[in-house]
Amino acid sequence: MSALTFTLKIESRQRIDCSPLTPDNLVEKSIADIAALTLYSGNQKLRVDAVFTISGDDASNIVINNSSAKLDYIGRDLKTGRITVHGDAGSYLGFSMRKGNIVVHGNVDAFAASGLSSGLIHIHGNVGDFLGAAIPGDRKGMKGGMVIVTGNAGDRVGDQMRRGVIFIEGNAGSYCASRMLAGTIGVLGSVAEYVGYGMRRGTILLTKTPVLHSTLQDCGSHTLPFLSLMFKSFNGLPTQFAKLNTSRVQRYAGDIANDGKGEILVLK
Amino acid sequence: MIINGVTIDDTFAEAFGMRGTRIIITAQNLKWAYHAANAMTGFATSVIGCGVEAGIERELTAEETPDARPGVSILMFAMGSAVLIKQLETRMGQCILTCPTAAAFAGIDGGDRINLGKNLRFFGDGFQISKQFGGKRYWRVPVMDGEFITEEKTGMVRAVGGGNFLVLAESQPQALAACEAAIEAMKKLPNVIMPFPGGIVRSGSKVGSKYKALFASTNDAFCPTLKGITNTELSPEIESVMEIVIDGLTDVDIRKAMHVGIAAACALGAANGIKRISAGNYGGKLGQFHFPLHEIMADTSLNGASA
Repeated sequence: MSALTFTLKIESRQRIDCSPLTPDNLVEKSIADIAALTLYSGNQKLRVDAVFTISGDDASNIVINNSSAKLDYIGRDLKTGRITVHGDAGSYLGFSMRKGNIVVHGNVDAFAASGLSSGLIHIHGNVGDFLGAAIPGDRKGMKGGMVIVTGNAGDRVGDQMRRGVIFIEGNAGSYCASRMLAGTIGVLGSVAEYVGYGMRRGTILLTKTPVLHSTLQDCGSHTLPFLSLMFKSFNGLPTQFAKLNTSRVQRYAGDIANDGKGEILVLK
Repeated sequence: MIINGVTIDDTFAEAFGMRGTRIIITAQNLKWAYHAANAMTGFATSVIGCGVEAGIERELTAEETPDARPGVSILMFAMGSAVLIKQLETRMGQCILTCPTAAAFAGIDGGDRINLGKNLRFFGDGFQISKQFGGKRYWRVPVMDGEFITEEKTGMVRAVGGGNFLVLAESQPQALAACEAAIEAMKKLPNVIMPFPGGIVRSGSKVGSKYKALFASTNDAFCPTLKGITNTELSPEIESVMEIVIDGLTDVDIRKAMHVGIAAACALGAANGIKRISAGNYGGKLGQFHFPLHEIMADTSLNGASA
């Protein structure tokens, strides 16, 4: 069995909603059935084979080749299996994903991992704003699972995030972890202003002291044993965070304007 | 059956179904892990008066523990789940939460899930922090030495308690020496504890008493000073009897411990005053588990090497 492969063959000017292309939706469908499925693009309905060349037969392992930033909702509600994207991906990657694995070899647009509750999203590239954030109207962003970004992330990473882990190996934009409810966000590079703005609970792991706004309070230097527990659980993950082993940190608590149970830990 | 001049009685040990759990205690170093673990397993010799029977199972290296610090594993047994759950929580709160640098983790991943640190978090008065890694929830409770770390739950399994054997010797020092040798050998085995002081108990009991208030009393048939006035089990040369009680996670674990322990006691032999090995039972009607001494000593697969 070879991976069920969708190769993008058009250059769309409109965004295309790819949410039907998930393993649980395509399993036991023939290529002809898959080709006849409808994809929405603005107010147009497109057949899958009008957008993609389809090959392969293993629906549990989906590959999207020649992908572009116009392809939204890749892996929406994913419950099982694996999706590999070669090229860029649009907005809402892994939206409300419940389990499984998405790997992107390219850049990803806004609201990636929004509503993610379990599983792994690995982005080998940069990601736009609102990574793991709640969409407008939702009260909670990412609810579990793990996101690894090898490049940089935009603004509002983990806005209203509720649980789970986000690792950013590059830099993160402003308002990182804003209104965060709980969970863990790690940034190896730098973060822009207003990190942890309005955060309620949760942990932000940084390597450089950020510019802190006034409602984040310095709680001093500490050796926190839970960090070795956490780093041990990262062992074997495909990220540079797996190599961390110090448990010496500077602890900033906040945002005390919003309960103040969150923390920013700057590794020493 | 005679091993090295020591007569092995044709009898059996009678044991009961219990509920058991394992907890991993870590600390900055082994010294403090032992301080915490010794406190937690203190006053836990017999379910009759202590609620639980508990003991240190073994030392753990930093590589074996969840938080990469040295530690020890504790086994704790009770007659029912309610007592075990209550005792675990009380002992965690008074012995581990209080001990500098100590942390507690689940030692059994399967079984029924019972609270380990779940309710201790409230000590944090709202400043406690929950963290989930690898499907497990941990609590960070701010305390004066830094943070107390505990896993939320541990596993409770069906276990076996009350495996035992008696060492009958020509003198008290000789009985003690044989039991000490047995305990040394048995301590190397996983999944078992010997809950009494130093692993050895001298006050074996029988069911019932002449006093109405008591439901157990001294086992006069094995008391050497009563040889002439009671229906004794002792021959004239026996001057001291000691017992080793074993709690284990499974029937096989107890069999192994009994085999290894009896073998170690017998290694001292008749030349060192060890005359007989016997076992305690209640006629076979009370306990679900029987451990016949002859069968256990004849089974070479129970040898310590396979443990």
